[in-house]
Amino acid sequence: MAQFILPPNSRIQQGEHHGAPSGAANIKTFKVYRWEPDSGENPRLDTYDLDLDSCGPMVLDALVKIKNEIDPTLTFRRSCREGICGSCAMNIDGSNTLACTKAIDDIDGDVRIYPLPSMRVVKDLVPDMTHFYAQYASIRPWIRTQTPAPPDQERLQSPEDREALDGLYECILCACCQTSCPSYWWNPDRYLGPAVLLQAYRWIADSRDEDTGGRLDDLDDAFKLYRCHTIMNCASACPKGLNPAKAIAEIKRLMVARQ
Amino acid sequence: MSTDSRPLSPHLQVYRLPFTALTSISHRISGVLLSAGSLVLVYWVVAAAAGEQAYRTAAAILGSLPVQLLMFAWTFVLFYHLCNGIRHLVWDAGYGFELETAKRSGQMAIGGAAVLTLIAWLIAIF
Repeated sequence: MAQFILPPNSRIQQGEHHGAPSGAANIKTFKVYRWEPDSGENPRLDTYDLDLDSCGPMVLDALVKIKNEIDPTLTFRRSCREGICGSCAMNIDGSNTLACTKAIDDIDGDVRIYPLPSMRVVKDLVPDMTHFYAQYASIRPWIRTQTPAPPDQERLQSPEDREALDGLYECILCACCQTSCPSYWWNPDRYLGPAVLLQAYRWIADSRDEDTGGRLDDLDDAFKLYRCHTIMNCASACPKGLNPAKAIAEIKRLMVARQ
Repeated sequence: MSTDSRPLSPHLQVYRLPFTALTSISHRISGVLLSAGSLVLVYWVVAAAAGEQAYRTAAAILGSLPVQLLMFAWTFVLFYHLCNGIRHLVWDAGYGFELETAKRSGQMAIGGAAVLTLIAWLIAIF
């Protein structure tokens, strides 16, 4: 059953305010979701006034600045700082994206930063990804074959067959789309979600894979696949410009076509 | 530490729903409203079957201004559900998933519903 309201322990309270250093001219306000697991308290929204003249251009730069200069306990994931690792996925300015590729200047007014939506929070901006990874593993995301491997070479693919994977293989599994989807918010235990379904289609579309029938059998379920109602939040959120909604529609089409 | 105590991060409370999400939830809401509206239709048909006196009462109620305004709203809801349903049909055929196209088709569904509503009422009145 869909739970529209946050449970009592998850409601966000007013947090602390950290003012800008004196003499700062170019101030931007950042409101950041904080939760300390050992405190026994509810999450809170802390406010930080930063001087943008001494801050890098991206939202991740601002988070690093807060951690370095104001509060070293602020916790978030980050690694590559160039949009390829997917670690710093979070909800910024009301939409899921990567903090490292989101420019501060693109945001009007205060910058609101929350963890990826409708996820269990480990600490501050770090969500628990265990369930998402388990769902990804459940589609068995690797080439499944029946024919013996060629003895002296790889399984080859024509340039055209390879092109069929464009728009699918680029996914970095950041879960921006997964956690932008209202259907996934209401049915995370049974709906596979946009990221996992895009990956499922990535293997169905692969000319070298020989288990399309088995893959479709696994997905032919009222919840796993058909909770997608083409809301399109996934495509709007994807920081790599991919379109999970279209990939899901292709799976639905294949389901009909094979009947 | 037990992981059950972990809070759920905010979703609807903080998400800025894109236009395509708003047309999606509107489609569902319009479906619910149409279900309610069909009860009015049933009332009208039952009244017609129940005899002249009952039908006269029904005609008076349905013809009153507040109910007429409701009917106008229901007409728009009906045509929105129809137009957006066709949009879903096109999606199911595999077309129109580019973000710009999806936005435009949503605007077309709303615009189409408005035009069809006006046409229907012009026909009804004149």
